[in-house]
Amino acid sequence: MFYREAGQFKSTYQADMAVFPIRQDRIGLAVILLIAFIGIPLIGNDFFITSVMIPFLVFSLAAIGLNILTGYTGLISLGTAAFMGVGAYAAYKMTTAFPGVNIIVLILVSGLFSAAIGVLFGLPSLRIKGFYLAVATLAAQFFLQWAFVRVPWLFNYNASGAIEVPQRLLFGIPVTGASASPETRYYVCLCLVIVMTWFASNLVHGKIGRSWMAVRDMDIAAELMGIKLLTAKLLAFAVSSFYAGVAGAMMIFLWYGGGEAADVFNIRLSFNILFMVIIGGLGSLIGSFFGAAFIASLPTIMKFGLPALGVPLSGATAEHVTFMLVGALIIVFLIVEPHGLARLWQIGKQKLRTWPFPY
Amino acid sequence: MNAELMNVTGEPIREKSEVLLAVQNVSLRFGGVKAISDVSFDIRKGEVRAIIGPNGAGKTSMLNCINGFYQPQEGQITFKGQRRDRMKPHRAAAAGIARTFQNVALFKGMSTLDNIMTGRTLKMKRGFFWQALRHGPAMTEEIEHRRVVEDIIDFLQIEHIRKLPVGKLPYGLQKRVELGRALAMEPELLLLDEPMAGMNLEEKEDMCRFILDVNQQFGTTIALIEHDMGVVMDLSDRVVVLEYGRKIADGTPSEVKADQKVIDAYLGVAH
Ligand SMILES: Nc1ncnc2c1ncn2[C@@H]1O[C@H](COP(=O)(O)OP(=O)(O)O)[C@@H](O)[C@H]1O
Ligand SMILES: [Mg+2]
Repeated sequence: MFYREAGQFKSTYQADMAVFPIRQDRIGLAVILLIAFIGIPLIGNDFFITSVMIPFLVFSLAAIGLNILTGYTGLISLGTAAFMGVGAYAAYKMTTAFPGVNIIVLILVSGLFSAAIGVLFGLPSLRIKGFYLAVATLAAQFFLQWAFVRVPWLFNYNASGAIEVPQRLLFGIPVTGASASPETRYYVCLCLVIVMTWFASNLVHGKIGRSWMAVRDMDIAAELMGIKLLTAKLLAFAVSSFYAGVAGAMMIFLWYGGGEAADVFNIRLSFNILFMVIIGGLGSLIGSFFGAAFIASLPTIMKFGLPALGVPLSGATAEHVTFMLVGALIIVFLIVEPHGLARLWQIGKQKLRTWPFPY
Repeated sequence: MNAELMNVTGEPIREKSEVLLAVQNVSLRFGGVKAISDVSFDIRKGEVRAIIGPNGAGKTSMLNCINGFYQPQEGQITFKGQRRDRMKPHRAAAAGIARTFQNVALFKGMSTLDNIMTGRTLKMKRGFFWQALRHGPAMTEEIEHRRVVEDIIDFLQIEHIRKLPVGKLPYGLQKRVELGRALAMEPELLLLDEPMAGMNLEEKEDMCRFILDVNQQFGTTIALIEHDMGVVMDLSDRVVVLEYGRKIADGTPSEVKADQKVIDAYLGVAH
């Protein structure tokens, strides 16, 4: 009834090409942004912000990165965590070498390092596809994961064997390190994720996104359109790894804050991001958020939410149930709905558009 | 080669126009299989050139050689006066060769609009920086090309499926979208591999009209593979006939139709 596009005529191509052509969608987006910027810091306690919201934002960004590669370009990667790690360690080495440089700038620049590494490991993608490419990216995962633990120079020879995040200020306020407040870290994450989502949305809706999807759907025809396969694939690896790298740096600097961070960029994280993309929806940016919200919040809901509702569930059982649930959902989505939660969301909106008259 | 013959029967205007593409002594082998043996022919600017022949004659392979998917072991292909030895498909695209496929090769997950917009890729110059902003020059460019694409959509009468993913469209419409995608490249040479296969009579008539319009309105040179002899007679200026990878006839439709070797090939007379 209220979700209608009736009467909203698009008189220019620009209006028709907008990412949110329907007014109600734009209102919805504004409401979400209001909640994100004002509602959550106001209502949420520190636990909610550090254990739910910041992880959600970090995972969303990583999932967008992997979605660009896997969902839009059709190249599978099992090395997402490793590319995230490159970002984290690059940011750490840079802020050690240049303590005076703005940490946000360094987090973004660290993405360039993982973009370069991503391109390097993406080189075989011209020749190999599917399963074989997955194995090649798995090699990246194991090699880099090994380096993160075994090359002490990367973590400044710390006894903990991990990155120890130093305090860095932004406009005189600490944004990283032990004294940075959860709200500050949350705001920094939120701004980074919004800006980078906007860039990703621009890319996938234009010429570059079309050439990625063309490569995914029919590479011989893409070549015939004048698209160079190697360039398109390597660009996808570069952009994807850039996003992963920034997400990795955010993970260590704005979420973990050091200490417990040895060997976090492991294969399980890679798989988790892949599950987010599959459950959220391959080839959908909004799906990346759905997937991240789902996978990141499920363990917390299982551990704290269900007992709060009176369902007795021990920690270990909760973990097992989570595993089984995610596994089952992956199978369901892969078989029944490859476009994931994002597709269900679309169907829902379509129903709403025609409600209460189904035809 | 048989210029004398064509002076009698061919169309004088097309006759004089220059050669756009020349195929000289091309041979192509797959292991032991000879797909094309020593074939030569040319395509003149502005003409509709049909390539016919029984199944497995090497017609599709010939198109694949022309746009660089296959590299012939022998012979040479000259396009716009430039000889190319190892041509990559994306180079052929940049040089002005577009094509459609025998078994529709659309981007299934993308909408009709996006499929045809992809045909504009080479003409869009704004790089990564502007694409990431999608404002200013990038938006101006996107709109400019959208306009061209909308004209093509109007021309092919596919307005109603503009936003639908092409994977779910009926076969006839998919073929039309594929033609649109090739037209969006504004090619000088358009290669059509059985554009009417699997269509009903009405769809065939529409497609015929589109091909003729493209040839006459935009002056696009067309090379066409087709089985329906009626269509070939109506559309084409000259016909080359292949059988078992060899050229057995070359000339105007009426000449080819009267050729004994062609009649034998189509009636399946044993050699
Ligand atoms: N990629 C390939 N590998 C092996 N053999 C091929 C390939 N492409 C075509 N051929 C062979 O070349 C011959 C000609 O095929 P094709 O050009 O498709 O014929 P047409 O289009 O005239 O029906 C056939 O014998 C076919 O089996
Ligand atoms: Mg064929």
